Amino acid sequence: MSQSRIRLERVTKRWDATTAVDGISFDVTPGQFVILLGPSGCGKSTTLRMIAGLEEASDGQIHIGERDVTRLPPGDRGLSMVFQSYALFPHLSVADNIVFGLRSRKVPKDEQRQRLAKVAGLVDLTDYLHRKPAQLSGGQRQRVALARSIISEHPICLMDEPLSNLDARLRSDMRREIKALQSRLNMTVIYVTHDQVEAMSMGDRVILMQHGKIVQDGTPDELYNRPASAFAASFIGSPAMNLLPLEAGKEGAVIVGEPHTPVAPLEAVGGQLGIRPEDIALSTTSTTGVPAMVVSDEYLGADTIAHVTVGNHNVRVRMSGKHALAGQPCRLYWARENAHLFAADGLRRDDLTPTPLPRSPHSIPRPPVVGSFQH
Amino acid sequence: MSFTNHRKMQLYGALLLLPAALLLTTFAYLPTVTTVINSLFLPGFRGAPTEFVGLENYQVLFDDPTFWQVARNNLLYALGTIPTSIALALGMALFVNGKLPGRGFVRMAYFTPTILPMIAAANIWMFFYAPQIGLFNSLLGALGIPGVNWLGDPSVALSSVIVMSVWKEAGFFMIFYLAALQSIPPELKEASDLEDTSRWSFFWRVTFPLLMPTTLFVLINSLINSVRVVDHLFILTKGGPNNATNLLLYYVYENAFSFFDRTTAATITVVILVVLAVVATLKFTILDRRTHYQ
Repeated sequence: MSQSRIRLERVTKRWDATTAVDGISFDVTPGQFVILLGPSGCGKSTTLRMIAGLEEASDGQIHIGERDVTRLPPGDRGLSMVFQSYALFPHLSVADNIVFGLRSRKVPKDEQRQRLAKVAGLVDLTDYLHRKPAQLSGGQRQRVALARSIISEHPICLMDEPLSNLDARLRSDMRREIKALQSRLNMTVIYVTHDQVEAMSMGDRVILMQHGKIVQDGTPDELYNRPASAFAASFIGSPAMNLLPLEAGKEGAVIVGEPHTPVAPLEAVGGQLGIRPEDIALSTTSTTGVPAMVVSDEYLGADTIAHVTVGNHNVRVRMSGKHALAGQPCRLYWARENAHLFAADGLRRDDLTPTPLPRSPHSIPRPPVVGSFQH
Repeated sequence: MSFTNHRKMQLYGALLLLPAALLLTTFAYLPTVTTVINSLFLPGFRGAPTEFVGLENYQVLFDDPTFWQVARNNLLYALGTIPTSIALALGMALFVNGKLPGRGFVRMAYFTPTILPMIAAANIWMFFYAPQIGLFNSLLGALGIPGVNWLGDPSVALSSVIVMSVWKEAGFFMIFYLAALQSIPPELKEASDLEDTSRWSFFWRVTFPLLMPTTLFVLINSLINSVRVVDHLFILTKGGPNNATNLLLYYVYENAFSFFDRTTAATITVVILVVLAVVATLKFTILDRRTHYQ
């Protein structure tokens, strides 16, 4: 299985003046499901295309297994790829699309048929083999693209935003299917997406990128619970983490515009305090905690997002159940371990601990943590 | 929808069709019908009325060896120009669709013959083909090879006309191929590269089948052009020497305006129309079944 180990060393891609990927390094162990996550233009697709060999790295090395593949053509790298647009051949039937690569590699006809039958069963396409791609639904086309990469039996599969052309419901089905196929076939997958829900629900490991660099590389848990920077904090989670700038107060750092409640030691001034909406408890009866005013509430069914102002800032608070609170003054409370501090340059500060807030006796219960990634 | 409303919609549709129908009737259908009628009559001499002769004009035409020579010329001309210009157009399109320095310039250069009017192009080629001072014979002379009378030698003249036509047409067809090539998503090439598909194999398994609608379109157009465009004959050969380069449409023109034999001209025209219609129908029915449209 060491054939499917992928190692990138200071890989860089430059186009004239712009640097799309800036010296990134990571190591993927066989069987891992790795997500390259980031906003558009962060270099994640370019990284994937360099691994595939569709773009040549300007600098650095790419190893697959024991081989240095940095300058090898895509066909010699022993990997398959699923494209965002699926890249199906419109004039060929589903069956011909799936075995296209086997024909290129001159696999005997009998073996082609056997492998086709097996793979078609695996992705549930057996009844559609004679159809043309235009006669298929989006989800079925997606399956054809998957089948085409599975049938090649390469240990590595690269996926470039494969679900972004599907509607939301189909997407969640396909997420589970892809994940199940991956663990069943023990494939090594590198999966590019800008959707944090896909990243958190599918990945064994998430590599978050921004401006061509890796911001954080860790498990979904780590990204959620210990974001390495304010950017990582705001990118993961829905709604995003609240980031509140801090200024100097009498007894420590305070939220700008709310000078009475110290929330962090003075050294944190100039940086930001981050609290997830689901980690904030909101109370209209409590007399302790950070004073705030509810501006509006957004009812989502399972929970309600309250938009409140603290000082000069908007803060989102997630509460389970339905609440009509608009226009009411309230108090906010969060546990010290749920508050994150970020320095002025956006990086996480672990040398400081946020100041604990006085505990409020009554508070509205927090929603269960598992709900936080569901759309 | 009520009955009167339905009527109104029909009237509305008919009115929308009217301008096109009027133009087509005046310039296409009426002339076609009169041509067919003319081909069935003999004109009366010295004031005598025209005489209905049925298919006799066709009988006379098919007994005329010059007609068969001209028809044969046109067949050779079509066989010489159509496959060559299509293959050349496809080759040029593939070439300028790739990454190469000065791509825009090369594309323009390939397209230039198309912009030139046929008469102007033929005039340029007159200088290439001229026996004494022509470009080709000067070049051959420099190499010590005796020159050829490109347009004067009956055994070479038709080939010379064919070469010029290919030069003129290939660039035009290239534009269609280039447009079609650019509509093929680049991911298809990438997907096949990942499976180590050779360029050759990719061309025959993906590119060429996806270009089939364009090929069909170009094929019909070049077929029509091979009987429709005869402007260059006026400049280069006037159908000579000894009808060696005479093509059907030029023969129609000669009959109508040089020999003032409008009946024969009409008869040949009808024959051309019938042949073209049959060939086009065959092409569409046979090739359409094998063509993938997006």
